[in-house]
Amino acid sequence: MRRETVLNTVVFLGLLVIPLWAWVSNEPFTITLATRVAVLALAGVGLNVALGLGGLVSFGHAVFFGIGGYAMGVLASHSQTFTPMMEWPFLIEGTKSMPVIWLVAMIGSGLAALAIGALSLRTSGVYFIMITLAFGQMFYFFAISWPAYGGEDGLSIYVRNGFPGLNTLDPIQFFAICYVILGLAVFGVARLSRSSFGLALSAARQNATRVQSVGIGPYRLRLVAFVISGAITGLAGALFADLNRFVSPTMFSWQTSGEIMIFIILGGVGRLFGPIVGAALFILLEHFLGGLSDYWNIYLGALLLVVVLFAKGGLIGLVAGREVAHD
Amino acid sequence: MTDPILEIRNISKSFGALKASNNVSLDLRPGEIHALIGPNGAGKSTLIKQIDGSLVPDAGSVWFEGRDMTALGVVARAQAGLARTFQISSLAMDMTVLQNVVLGALGRRGDVFRFFRDVMKDEELLGIGHHALKQVGLEEFARFRTAELSHGQRRQLEVAVALTRTPKVFLMDEPMAGLGAEGSRRLTGFLDTLRQEAPILLVEHDMDAVFALADRITVLVYGEVIATGSAAEIRSDPLVRTAYLGEEDAA
Repeated sequence: MRRETVLNTVVFLGLLVIPLWAWVSNEPFTITLATRVAVLALAGVGLNVALGLGGLVSFGHAVFFGIGGYAMGVLASHSQTFTPMMEWPFLIEGTKSMPVIWLVAMIGSGLAALAIGALSLRTSGVYFIMITLAFGQMFYFFAISWPAYGGEDGLSIYVRNGFPGLNTLDPIQFFAICYVILGLAVFGVARLSRSSFGLALSAARQNATRVQSVGIGPYRLRLVAFVISGAITGLAGALFADLNRFVSPTMFSWQTSGEIMIFIILGGVGRLFGPIVGAALFILLEHFLGGLSDYWNIYLGALLLVVVLFAKGGLIGLVAGREVAHD
Repeated sequence: MTDPILEIRNISKSFGALKASNNVSLDLRPGEIHALIGPNGAGKSTLIKQIDGSLVPDAGSVWFEGRDMTALGVVARAQAGLARTFQISSLAMDMTVLQNVVLGALGRRGDVFRFFRDVMKDEELLGIGHHALKQVGLEEFARFRTAELSHGQRRQLEVAVALTRTPKVFLMDEPMAGLGAEGSRRLTGFLDTLRQEAPILLVEHDMDAVFALADRITVLVYGEVIATGSAAEIRSDPLVRTAYLGEEDAA
């Protein structure tokens, strides 16, 4: 087996074994930490489709994370106050059902990605980064100034949403949901990266001229990649909101966009399991260093510098070496 | 006489005061190799770019199979059946050699938006890809990373990618450059047979190859066509001798 495969297996099993151990020894907080890792990693898996495969440096993925979060918040808040979202021309009520919320989160963030991508993919390089950042800030300030759903204070959901057949209030069961979704997403992205679409997208990242000259337009490839990417990150946003039972405009902030990107850079850009490694490291640092000092981000910054300067393939690249061209 | 497949009519393109193309006309007929020669800076690459759609001419038009293509972009012209090889290799360097030809075949087939099936297990695409690699003599390198290839091999891969597209017209921008004597001879032999599949507009500095292959030659100097004709006509053309070939003889 290749070293990267071994490493990926260890990481993915580790993310399962630790919360199981915590469950047995009755430490729910550790389970919550592992759930955070799974959910944030899922957001990173989403961004990695755009950033790693497509080479699209989106600094606005908080938009999709936030839309997912607010999809959950809005639907659940209407449900807990028994007020319909709209009555005319047809009745739409809130819901506490996770599958419905996930679907709405993915469609909503996918549509937002379609609109944002359609505009911003006409630019490239630093302009693309700036435009996606600008969209992120637009959504952030919109959420702050939208009193119907809590404005600056955000929105609390008192009871976690339900999943048929499971007790989602039990930490290990909610972890299981997030873990399975993460696994499915990684599997899907693995298939995607080896598909016709993945080949063309990856070629467009390396050499757009080449792709055009074989009769494939890079713009449409990138737009589709951006939509898939946004929808996955949106799903992560819905789970994140359910984990915290709270939604706030912070989910839309540019710091959130930056954090999702940091997961990928720490783990390894374009590496399938990079976001998981990155998110795990981030949560570990936050937990242990955050306990020592409020300024733990300084250490995170230093680590990021070291990785960027000395380990271009991220931590996975450091352990497994350079990516092999697979065929 | 058969109708030309590709026709360039009175194309002009200026960059500031520099006239890179000055009222250039040429055509490409089925079954022929038409060589475009000229000293450095004559505007050959600028002309190729206007034919493949990456540059828009200031005036004039490009016709392909009786259709005005002047307004179409690179992607649409490639889909219509134009295959260009690049002077400076333009390949996906992190992909394998085989992946590059499979990409070409995929572009030809057109079903890019498939998200689940492993493209490198698609027998049809693999077959086309391996065949193209064999034609240019790169089959042993199929699993190499493209970045590991020599400059000459990258040139061959450029040609192989163009082959996967079974195009109606080849535009080849210096395919011999960097090949060495042996490689150059092999490619010359190959292009000689290729013209039966689709005509080739060939930009080339290797004069042995040009005179061995070309049915017709167009000479471009300072953006202007100074002569078009058979190899024999071009050799004996006094204008060409002074402007271009003469310099080579003297050197």
